[in-house]
Amino acid sequence: MVSKQSTMPEDTLPESQEKILQVKNLHVTFKTYGGYVKAVRGVTFDLYKGETLAIVGESGCGKSVTSSAIMGLIPQPPGKIENGEILFDHKNLATLPKAKLRQIQGMDISMIFQDPMTALNPTLTIGEQLTEGVRTHKGLSKSEANMKALEMLNLVGIPNPQERMKQYPHQFSGGMRQRIVIAIALICEPTVLIADEPTTALDVTIQAQVLELFAEIQQKTGVSIILITHDLGVVAKIADRIAVMYAGQIIEIGNKREIFYQASHPYTKGLLNSVPRLDLMDEELQPIDGTPPDLFDPPKGCGFTARCPYAMEVCEKIEPEKTMLSNSHRAYCWLHDERAQAVFPSK
Amino acid sequence: MIKYIIKRFFMMIATIFVIATLTFFLMHSIPGSPLESDRTTNPQIQANLEKFYHLDDPLPIQYVNYLKSIVTFDFGPSIKKPNDSVNSLIERGFPISFELGMVSILVAVISGLILGTLAALKHNGIIDYLAMTIAVVGISIPNFILATLLIQVFAGSLGWLPAATWSGPSYMILPTLALATGPMAIIARLTRSSMLEVLTQDYIKMAKAKGLKPFRVIFRHAMRNALMPIVTIMGTMLAGILTGTFIIERVFAIPGMGKYFVESISNRDYPVIMGTTVFYSAFLVFMLFLVDIVYGLLDPRIKLHNKEGESS
Repeated sequence: MVSKQSTMPEDTLPESQEKILQVKNLHVTFKTYGGYVKAVRGVTFDLYKGETLAIVGESGCGKSVTSSAIMGLIPQPPGKIENGEILFDHKNLATLPKAKLRQIQGMDISMIFQDPMTALNPTLTIGEQLTEGVRTHKGLSKSEANMKALEMLNLVGIPNPQERMKQYPHQFSGGMRQRIVIAIALICEPTVLIADEPTTALDVTIQAQVLELFAEIQQKTGVSIILITHDLGVVAKIADRIAVMYAGQIIEIGNKREIFYQASHPYTKGLLNSVPRLDLMDEELQPIDGTPPDLFDPPKGCGFTARCPYAMEVCEKIEPEKTMLSNSHRAYCWLHDERAQAVFPSK
Repeated sequence: MIKYIIKRFFMMIATIFVIATLTFFLMHSIPGSPLESDRTTNPQIQANLEKFYHLDDPLPIQYVNYLKSIVTFDFGPSIKKPNDSVNSLIERGFPISFELGMVSILVAVISGLILGTLAALKHNGIIDYLAMTIAVVGISIPNFILATLLIQVFAGSLGWLPAATWSGPSYMILPTLALATGPMAIIARLTRSSMLEVLTQDYIKMAKAKGLKPFRVIFRHAMRNALMPIVTIMGTMLAGILTGTFIIERVFAIPGMGKYFVESISNRDYPVIMGTTVFYSAFLVFMLFLVDIVYGLLDPRIKLHNKEGESS
């Protein structure tokens, strides 16, 4: 991609929009016995203040690795940030020394993990797990930290917080635990919150509650959220902008309307078509045929070529360049290149 | 909790009762008697002696008397050592054995944990290989071999430490080393695998994501969870250390209880066998009880006051 090197703003949104976090040309590889897995191959995006950016894609597309990289949680070795920058507050998180990084982790950028059943330490009380972060970062005394924790538990809607603080994770239900995980993530009042599939492990009724909680918290605190998910229903509900990832790359990014109604990458279209819909009972689901490419040896051209109904010769050989479809909408697909001709699906 | 302790107490009594009964009948089923080796005595004296020690009573009566002696904790005089009562043997020997055993356990647990944790943190690195090599060697060498080797090197060739007996802190070093190495190796291996597993858990990732210092992540978050399997094997390990003291005390000529225990069996010194066995088993059962309590303290998910008492 030629455009990757450009320092031009990738998403031109209104000037008032302040960029909180910038990810530029991020490459992450993992060394395995089978060779090097190129899990993330040149991801570039910006996160604006107070917005929710959803990163969607199927399993193994690199969305979780991207979030781990921002969080500084890539295990090194076997993982390695090969290239690229993660800019936050004039610092490059990709190269920041560990001790400096720790001051940002949990303080300015915090993370919500996928499975609340395993994200809490079974042998420590909720109170301790809540307060340890804020005590480390802000140097609060025990009682101050406890006050803060109570406030957070109230915010996420845990009844009887005073008593609950002394309890252990196994004394809470799944939905309650996810609320606690959210409270832990928010206790230091971070500016960026990364939520890695925060509702996947929850049942549907609890999912709705947790999503509402996210919206509420964002309104109250103005935190910017990166939401990692493969659930387009969740995305439709709370995201402002959507980045679609495939085979370690962002292939399309735009605001919610643009992605849902003007999807321009064949993969995005396929993804939207494969969502089951209640209002179209009779119609069969349209899966995307084939499987994602092997990231040990990623294809030279567009990663989606083998599965794409519109694939052209050029797709196989050269990586598609960026096409700006609007100020906020860009896609990486040869179909949108001005040199491409009218499109006829091959099947 | 109190209910649990009371219940455990009765279970302990039942266990000791079973052990005592088994010991009694096994002891009497072995050919020979305590008085047999003294051939010179004439039949009258023999009979008097048997009468004195109640060895002429029918077995069931002896058994009842024996149970009485357990309840009153008075095992009477030793047959082979007429100047000593069983109680005085235990009083004299046990503190020494206890000291040796406890110091060895402490050394084994602390060094095993450190070694295992280091190995897990430097997974597949030089420290890991080194620690695991030490562990394999430690498990493979029986403690009596290690004991003689230690004496040979540190007491014999180098002359740094005393070779035997028990008369001061420096006398403790070699026996403790010999006794602790095996359990230490087992603990190190177990800690390593348990730690490696815990370190991949989400809550460790989460602790790191909170920006906590690595020290806190390891000791506050990982260690406690990694300790579970180690506490589980502590029970059997205690038994191992206990029997280990018999051998080590012999090698180092330490006047502990093990010596009396082993001698009493070859001498058929019935009161001493009974007394020491019951004492040892009571001690072991009590230690296992402590281990279970610790288990409950470490993991809040394990409830000791379980309705069905399943936790035991």
